[in-house]
Amino acid sequence: MGGTHNSEPEPYPALRVRALESLLIEKGLLSSDVVDKLVAIYENDVGPMNGARVVARAWVDSAYKQRLLADGAAAIAELGFGGRGGGDKLVAVENTPTVHNLVVCTLCSCYPWPVLGLPPNWYKMPAYRSRAVLEPRTLLREFGLELPESVEVRVWDSSAEVRYLVLPERPAGTGHLGEAELARLVTRDAMIGVARVTAAAPAR
Amino acid sequence: MNGVHDLGGMQGFGPVAREPNEPVFHADWEKRVLAMNVAAMTQRLYNVDEFRHGIERMGAAHYLASGYYEHWFAAVETLLIEKGVVKRIELDVRTAALGANPAAHPRRDDPALSARLLHAVRAGSAAKSEAAPAPRFRAGDRVLTRNTHPAGHTRLPRYARGRHGAIERFHGVYTLPDAHAHGRGRQPQPLYSVRFEGRELWGESAEPGAWVYLDLWESYLEPA
Repeated sequence: MGGTHNSEPEPYPALRVRALESLLIEKGLLSSDVVDKLVAIYENDVGPMNGARVVARAWVDSAYKQRLLADGAAAIAELGFGGRGGGDKLVAVENTPTVHNLVVCTLCSCYPWPVLGLPPNWYKMPAYRSRAVLEPRTLLREFGLELPESVEVRVWDSSAEVRYLVLPERPAGTGHLGEAELARLVTRDAMIGVARVTAAAPAR
Repeated sequence: MNGVHDLGGMQGFGPVAREPNEPVFHADWEKRVLAMNVAAMTQRLYNVDEFRHGIERMGAAHYLASGYYEHWFAAVETLLIEKGVVKRIELDVRTAALGANPAAHPRRDDPALSARLLHAVRAGSAAKSEAAPAPRFRAGDRVLTRNTHPAGHTRLPRYARGRHGAIERFHGVYTLPDAHAHGRGRQPQPLYSVRFEGRELWGESAEPGAWVYLDLWESYLEPA
């Protein structure tokens, strides 16, 4: 696939995409600034940093956590998050010492856009979507997450417009950290449920 | 439909391939597909259920050999042609023209359109309905999913048909995708989170202590 600065001839999908875009623009259904602004939203405004703020707030404020678990959409709206792709109905599911939650969409790629942004490729590909419901423990082991059999695994297959956010466990040894510092520890993968949050700052 | 998109429980796709420091988009055209699709749905040229079914109608080999934004583009193109928004011949001709002269694609801004669409995107969509058929089931009720194989769109995956589960929670009343994807209106129905034990879905192959939760519409369920 060509990048933005590729000087090679454009591949066929790229040409056909630009052709359709130019036709929609001529018909008044699209404009260049609409494209730029929508792309900017998904590149800059929504992403895992939003979900990380939600998680960190829930860790430090037990009343907020209760509101998040009771009505996820209303609770993320308190922090200014919402809109297309999960602002309608968001359910936060809480990891505990005895329960681990994992999110998938086996039929397409539903994902909580307002709090996690657009999904990574692996979330959308057949390997993850096929295996998450059949062999979640094996899959999690591949991600480096070994769960004892005493921990119940709950797989949330997002088959409707309801979107799921995993509320990870707060790591031990973080009692001295404030909300903003805690948010920096929370990764996208932990909020999908394929990783734990660790007290060491994530590599990315 | 029993399409290749219905991947839950299939085998043979290998390990999950992850990309470190993955960018949000991998090519410029992917951004344009995202923007076109969001703009089209926001203007109600088609709805999200028609869009998902548009992807499901891709050829199976094409689906498996292509990525997310190619899926999106296949559905966007199919739907805009079917809805009469563009003609296939127009698109073919324009594609050829751009191939011959890549510069023939002038920028055109429309601040009024942009303000209207951005406002709608921030407000989000509403599949939830204020119409209120009273829910038939309550949390804890045992249910049996229907063993059904509709040729059209459905959100009851194959791996969970004809299976026993329990109602976990009532989500509210939501547009029925099976109707909305096929021009039959919203037909809102109660939607539930339903909990299934691994053994009920996968028999002796199930991993211990694993449960699957699905969001299922009332007409997918029978009392058990």
